[in-house]
Amino acid sequence: MNDDELFRALADGNRRQLLDRLHARNGQTLGELCRGLKMTRQAVAKHLAILHKANLLSWKRDGREKLHFINPVPLNEIAERWIRKFEQRRLSALSALKKHFEGDGR
Amino acid sequence: MTQKPASQFVYVTYIRTTPQQLWSALTSAEFIHQYWFGCNVESEWRVGASWKLCFADGRPADAGEIVELEPEKKLVIRWRNEWKAEFKEEGWSLCTMELEPVDTAVKLTVTHSMERDNSKFIEAVSGGWPRILSNLKTLLETGVTLMPVK
Repeated sequence: MNDDELFRALADGNRRQLLDRLHARNGQTLGELCRGLKMTRQAVAKHLAILHKANLLSWKRDGREKLHFINPVPLNEIAERWIRKFEQRRLSALSALKKHFEGDGR
Repeated sequence: MTQKPASQFVYVTYIRTTPQQLWSALTSAEFIHQYWFGCNVESEWRVGASWKLCFADGRPADAGEIVELEPEKKLVIRWRNEWKAEFKEEGWSLCTMELEPVDTAVKLTVTHSMERDNSKFIEAVSGGWPRILSNLKTLLETGVTLMPVK
């Protein structure tokens, strides 16, 4: 749960893609998360474990299913570390402008 | 198999504190005022008691009742929005806070759910909780908050 672990977990396109998918729809099972991906189920499970260890992901049992949830709390902490309160509004305006012209590029 | 709530999120933060201190931070009006954007909470903190959260200017923000309460372990609040008609008409949500000691820290898990697809209220609170939890963590670990009270 240290910063290095957090940034290492984020330094992988596949793991960011999994977070994107959970951001779009929270509370998915492993099977749902694997759908349409080129990775094997084992690879996805391994990436999810790394994200969980970095506290970017939480999971919950629901009957027989294990549901995965994105946990943005550590991301908020690193953002708050370098973004001042008064900068937030201007930065969101800038990022909305960028999205407008470039699409939701990643 | 249980029916899973249609809108929910699960947030987790690890705070270097004791379950006792974290519990008092979650159930004391003075503490809450410091990390919850200056909001004021009113409750007698027992099962069945009402629970009410007001903005710093006194307008009601959310209201509900305590459904479950196990000191230093678990707090469940039946929760409804009060300030925005669009959110309020979605009805009741359930917020569960669970505390679990892990090494020298306490793991705090906040689950907020509503049995309704694409709840706008859940989407809105999902944006507020990370800031509240970061504030709470900083307050307990350093004694000050990053985002000052408005």
